[in-house]
Amino acid sequence: MAASPTNKEYATSEQLAYAQVLDWGMKIGFVMVVCTFALYVLGVVPPHIPVEQLPQYWSMPVNKYLQAANVHTGWSWLGLIGKGDFMNFLGIAFLSAVTIGCYLRILPMLIRGGDKIFSFIAILEVLVLVLAASGVLVAGH
Amino acid sequence: MHRIKPVSLFLGGFLVFLALGTALAAGGDAVATQVPPAAASSGLPWWAWPLILFVVTFALGIVAVLGGVGGGVLFVPIVGGFFPFHLDFVRGAGLLVALAGALAAGPGLLRSGMANLRLALPLAVIASASAIVGAMMGLALPTHIVQTALGLTILGIVVLMWLAKKSEFPEVPQADSLSSALRIHGIYFDVASGKEIDWRVHRTLQGMILFIVIGIMAGMFGLGAGWANVPVLNLLMGAPLKVSVSTSKFMLSIVDTSAAWVYLNQGAVLAMIAVPSILGIMLGSLVGVGLLKKTKASVVRRIVIIMLLLAGLRALLKGLGIWN
Repeated sequence: MAASPTNKEYATSEQLAYAQVLDWGMKIGFVMVVCTFALYVLGVVPPHIPVEQLPQYWSMPVNKYLQAANVHTGWSWLGLIGKGDFMNFLGIAFLSAVTIGCYLRILPMLIRGGDKIFSFIAILEVLVLVLAASGVLVAGH
Repeated sequence: MHRIKPVSLFLGGFLVFLALGTALAAGGDAVATQVPPAAASSGLPWWAWPLILFVVTFALGIVAVLGGVGGGVLFVPIVGGFFPFHLDFVRGAGLLVALAGALAAGPGLLRSGMANLRLALPLAVIASASAIVGAMMGLALPTHIVQTALGLTILGIVVLMWLAKKSEFPEVPQADSLSSALRIHGIYFDVASGKEIDWRVHRTLQGMILFIVIGIMAGMFGLGAGWANVPVLNLLMGAPLKVSVSTSKFMLSIVDTSAAWVYLNQGAVLAMIAVPSILGIMLGSLVGVGLLKKTKASVVRRIVIIMLLLAGLRALLKGLGIWN
């Protein structure tokens, strides 16, 4: 019987490198999400919005919620990071940033390999994600 | 004596939940319009809705795996239609649910060679830029319009799931010039057939154009986009079904990231909604994978279609102001 092929035979080195960063980032992010949520929900770290008042806010459109809860857009949540509810954003933001790390990991490999088109695509994707993460894009009802 | 099948029990339970959830959520809405929002809690303690949310998303996680759909596409219409949370927060949580599932699955799919980086990257850059536009549109448009469009989209997905055929190994006579230039092709080991499958794609430009639309819809509704990615990759571009499903799942980790950032930075993420949803779906998915061999996929898929039909109708009627 022929031996089963190993995964590495079918995945490029860039793909494996991307997977490695994604794997670690995902695991670290989930641990952060679970830990910060536990601190929040168990009342270890007091929240910005008391939990018993949450039903006042979660049925509001986001713009009214921001006004009522005195929360600002963009990265201003970092100013509330000491509060239990906004502490959760650390893990969520980390998970949302993992993909940028994956691209930065494979970009030098693509450049070294002379893959100009995919190097350009990777740089473009990083720029798109950084733009999305920057908080400069404003929307609202 | 008739035996009650577990799937029938689940469907019955779901219908009871729809009725209860609608009544409770509508009760909350009615109070909210008359008195200060402090009373807008449907008479339940604050922790009841996050707890119900966790239980429901746990069940959705099981059904999503068994039905072969992403969690986001079930999460947004069902939670948006039957919970007292505003659609803005539901869509924000929906994106994070889809993102978390994609991040968890991504490493394994990439290592196995089932998801393909060269196929995903050009399409993902288009879809992720479009998802930003979609997210901003979704947050800028009046809620009833987004709700109505969501309902129509979900009903469209129902039709797509009902009618769309899948092709295990589509025939691609010749790779097109764009996919050749981008060197989009691959090889994987198909365990079922015990063979190596060599694949290539065509109609790449048409696929890229469709991913603009897919990205906008993913960002606007927070649905994830596997329901649209797979038909485009498989039926239009001719990637094998397993490669299409795997690459689609992996792509969500990129596309939903861009939209998730917009929702996060616009304040449309509440930890008390997002985190129980992520944990519920993830744990449910783990249980679902364990049940995969014991359940009949076609029956579960029919249940998923019925659930989406009901949730889509609810979203549409809610958006039109007919059933609040």
